[in-house]
Amino acid sequence: MKTVKSQFKFKGGVHPDYNKELARGKAIERMPVPAELVVSMSQHLGAPAKCIVKAGDYVVKGQLLGERNGFISVPVYAPASGLVKSVEPRFGPAGGKAPAVVIDTTAAAPEGVDATERTLAPLDWKTATKEELLARVNDAGICGMGGAGFPTCVKLNPPPGKRCEYLILNGAECEPYLCADHHLMLERADRVRLGVEIMRKILGMPAVRIAIEANKPDAIAAMEKAFADIDGNVEIVVLPVLYPQGSEKHQIFATVGRVVPEPPALPIDVGCVVENVGTVAAIADAVEKGAILLSRVTTVSGDAVAEPKNVEAPLGTKYSDLIAFCGGEKGRVAKLISGGTMMGFAVSTADISTTKTTSGLLLLSGRRVFQYSSQACINCGRCVRACPMNLNAAEIAKAVESDDIKSAEDAHVMTCIECGACSFSCPAYRPITQFCRRAKNSIRARIAAEKAKAAAAAAK
Amino acid sequence: MTTAILIIAGIGLAAAATLAVADICLSVKEDPRIGLVTAALPGANCGGCGFPGCDGYARALVAGTAPNGACAAGGDACAAAIAKILGVAATATEKRVALVKCCGTRSEAIRVGDYNGICDCNVAAATAGGDKGCTYGCLGYGACANVCPKGAISVQDGLAKVDKRLCIGCGKCVAACPKKLIELVPASATIHVLCNNPDKGPTVRKVCGVGCMGCHLCERNSGGKEAGHFTFQGFLAKVNYENPPTDEQIVAKCPAKCMSVDPHFETGH
Amino acid sequence: MKPKDTAEHFILSSSPHAHADSSVSRIMLDVIIALLPTTAAGIWFFGLPAVWTVATCVATCIVTEALCRMAMKRESTIGDMSAIVTGLLLALNLPAGLPLWMAVVGSVFAIGVAKQVFGGLGMNPFNPALAARAFMLISFTGPMTTWLKPLWWKTPEAMTTATPLALMKGLYAVDCTASATPHARHALEELPSLCDMLVGNMPGCIGEVSAAALALGAVYLLWRKVITWHIPVAFIATVVVYSLIAGGAPAYAQVLTGGVMIGACFMATDYVTSPTTSAGKLVFGFGCGLICMLIRQFGSYPEGCSFAILIMNALAPLINRWTRPRPFGAK
Ligand code: SF4
Ligand code: SF4
Ligand code: SF4
Ligand code: SF4
Repeated sequence: MKTVKSQFKFKGGVHPDYNKELARGKAIERMPVPAELVVSMSQHLGAPAKCIVKAGDYVVKGQLLGERNGFISVPVYAPASGLVKSVEPRFGPAGGKAPAVVIDTTAAAPEGVDATERTLAPLDWKTATKEELLARVNDAGICGMGGAGFPTCVKLNPPPGKRCEYLILNGAECEPYLCADHHLMLERADRVRLGVEIMRKILGMPAVRIAIEANKPDAIAAMEKAFADIDGNVEIVVLPVLYPQGSEKHQIFATVGRVVPEPPALPIDVGCVVENVGTVAAIADAVEKGAILLSRVTTVSGDAVAEPKNVEAPLGTKYSDLIAFCGGEKGRVAKLISGGTMMGFAVSTADISTTKTTSGLLLLSGRRVFQYSSQACINCGRCVRACPMNLNAAEIAKAVESDDIKSAEDAHVMTCIECGACSFSCPAYRPITQFCRRAKNSIRARIAAEKAKAAAAAAK
Repeated sequence: MTTAILIIAGIGLAAAATLAVADICLSVKEDPRIGLVTAALPGANCGGCGFPGCDGYARALVAGTAPNGACAAGGDACAAAIAKILGVAATATEKRVALVKCCGTRSEAIRVGDYNGICDCNVAAATAGGDKGCTYGCLGYGACANVCPKGAISVQDGLAKVDKRLCIGCGKCVAACPKKLIELVPASATIHVLCNNPDKGPTVRKVCGVGCMGCHLCERNSGGKEAGHFTFQGFLAKVNYENPPTDEQIVAKCPAKCMSVDPHFETGH
Repeated sequence: MKPKDTAEHFILSSSPHAHADSSVSRIMLDVIIALLPTTAAGIWFFGLPAVWTVATCVATCIVTEALCRMAMKRESTIGDMSAIVTGLLLALNLPAGLPLWMAVVGSVFAIGVAKQVFGGLGMNPFNPALAARAFMLISFTGPMTTWLKPLWWKTPEAMTTATPLALMKGLYAVDCTASATPHARHALEELPSLCDMLVGNMPGCIGEVSAAALALGAVYLLWRKVITWHIPVAFIATVVVYSLIAGGAPAYAQVLTGGVMIGACFMATDYVTSPTTSAGKLVFGFGCGLICMLIRQFGSYPEGCSFAILIMNALAPLINRWTRPRPFGAK
């Protein structure tokens, strides 16, 4: 095991104000179970889980609420015991509605119900087979906890013919404000180590690269200590501080110098699997203790919250409860963001609940909020220089503005990772990233429509 | 001299013969009816029929793979003209027009956020579901208006409105709306429920002053359930356009004020 | 039964929710700051008439901008300070002592025709100040090519003179590599000394004479990251290489006299009318330098810098297309 500096620097990237000092150094606090939990069936990428409980049911902590629904899907469990008040469509942070189970956790267990927490049987990872371990990862309801929520067991099971050569552990946490992964590495280094060993076994002993941004020397030290006696090809790669260092593609490039081709190519096409440290720790718990993923660490921060904290809260905790746990609001909140400032979602209400991917909750005052404008592009090229995907973002935005989606597609808008570096840099305050999203949405819609048409024609 | 004339004439004849043969062998026989049918179609190329442009539909019609009457823009007159050319009976069609099933203007329906971004309903809806309190209602950022080939939609006071006289019923707006609240309805129907929120009355009232509460009064006032003028989805009344109500009295009696007589706004076009 | 709209909403916008805090007005302010040294130098060499020209152009541009926006019923854009930059750049590209009404006409043309007609900042295909200058050069050829002697107010005998460029043009006609003819030798001697060229002690437009002051401004812009090095370096390098190959006046004179310095550092680097990518900027700078020198050698005007940049402005969209960056991961 050794620690090396990243050899490869990608083009572009920006340096947003990190504001990490707000929540850094605040040890992870476990939040008591709130009176009401709203557990979404769609906490991951892919098909929402199929809800199997109904209003009036009493559910026990760890009991299955939603079944895995298809190949790209993960099951959902009850984060705490309680009475199901209703099952109804609720908004997630990203603006889509999905069925959610509303649980009243104050209700007492009815007669005859065994209210002890349901867990899975602990597994000995050294003797368990690859299939057993994979099944365990899925049964524990684990998906990528960095942001996208891709089902982990799918990622850990490369399609035939593809081999994982590098397992990359994403500890970059390049989003401003967020410290959840940082603290996980500090406080649960042993979990991370165990998780890596298990994943390494599942993936057939690939080399391991642990990617951490240089601004977290304590995390680097903690990882060095935890991995000191590990055998095999393991390296800690210290990345320069640059947003979006945590993006999968850029991390792969920065750690092993490989370039993932344009979509639909995936990291596994260049022999890499990238997993977030939170996910890795969850895998360790799921295998060693049989623990189901029922809570996650979320950074509650921003200049409009009384006490910024790193909170381990049950999944389905409402934002309003999280905020109350952190001492409530401080002054007027101008923007409430689920996630970080670069890629998070602004939400209109605190009546939304956490999911497996809620890495942060930010409360920003008016001073920290800026307004987009409809000014014309002055062609300064800052967005082009900032774009880590090397796109001509100005050109794309102008095309979409004049409803010319075709030109945007020709300018490779589908390659955009929506990192926000372009909008961040634009002196004209143009919503460039949103223009990219709009183009991507309509292109996806068009492709889906074409596919449906082709399928209908084929059916005829 | 004579030989020369003969040779030239011979060459000329030979060339003419070659050309004549080539014409017969090489010409692509295009059914003349395709041109006729294309001419009979309105030429809007709106795609509403499901074919790439009017020409595409004409080819399909002549080939017999498409029903006569799929062109909403041309309507009955067009179908009749095509029937004459092809001898295919027109499937009777009623002219359909788009109806925006929402009447929560900026002053009636609350907003729950200050939206700051591009003026497009789809991206606005992707930002926390949009800034409107009612999550089923019209956002008013004009995604429908942007795709309408006839410029029939305008956004007024945060609400999309369709000009019935311009609308050709192509359905593009229906597909473009992220809230799926535009419906193609018979142009002859005059009574509509302008709401898309299936929630319970009190929930609706929290976000909109004119939302349907599902009180069933419209149904009762129009002859009850048996008359079948309305259907209900949750707490939302829907006009049964197979059998639309005609008694305009029921509109005034709607306590929620979400019913309307012919809401299609008309401009002076 | 209208529901109460709670007064205070959260702001809803698409990510990112952080911004670099740059702004158009800050950029324009930086350009203005960077132009101050050369403006001061121009005023020192050409005296009060220079002050009047600068004041007239800036004021006219601001007023025209305000009136145009009002007439078009659009929000005012005075705040972005781009009108001030245009006015200042135009003034710096005019000879001191030009009748003020001509300066007014030029400024109105710059803002009204070259900028607002196209939709305002960001939409204009040509640099407004340069377009106005070209327009004035054609309309008022005489006054636009009448030059005050530098420091005339110290030694007020001969007030006007020819620019070094006119002298240098003559050099192409003669063979000055072989032991120079008397004519050429005379022309070379007439040229200002290198030192004078650097400080700006020579006839020319108000803002173009002092190479040192312009370089200072350019360094400031580079330091503030308002401009990148690509265009100025490509432009000036092309001029140097061309003059080394084609002969004529020495390379340093080609660079330091006329509009090359102000053109390369301030006019060609105008965002709106130059390419966005680094490769595009290099092509653009090369094109400007080449066309400028071709006009200097073969054209009917002694100076070709403005026209060169205008021609390249027209090509900028094409250059952008040719030099589209290759996306990360694309084949
Ligand atoms: S959001 Fe897209 S276009 Fe903008 S910088 Fe990121 S990858 Fe480039
Ligand atoms: S950063 Fe903004 S103003 Fe500059 S080129 Fe990009 S879109 Fe245009
Ligand atoms: S009807 Fe739909 S698409 Fe049209 S403005 Fe309303 S929400 Fe947008
Ligand atoms: S209003 Fe809708 S249905 Fe009518 S013409 Fe426009 S897009 Fe087509």
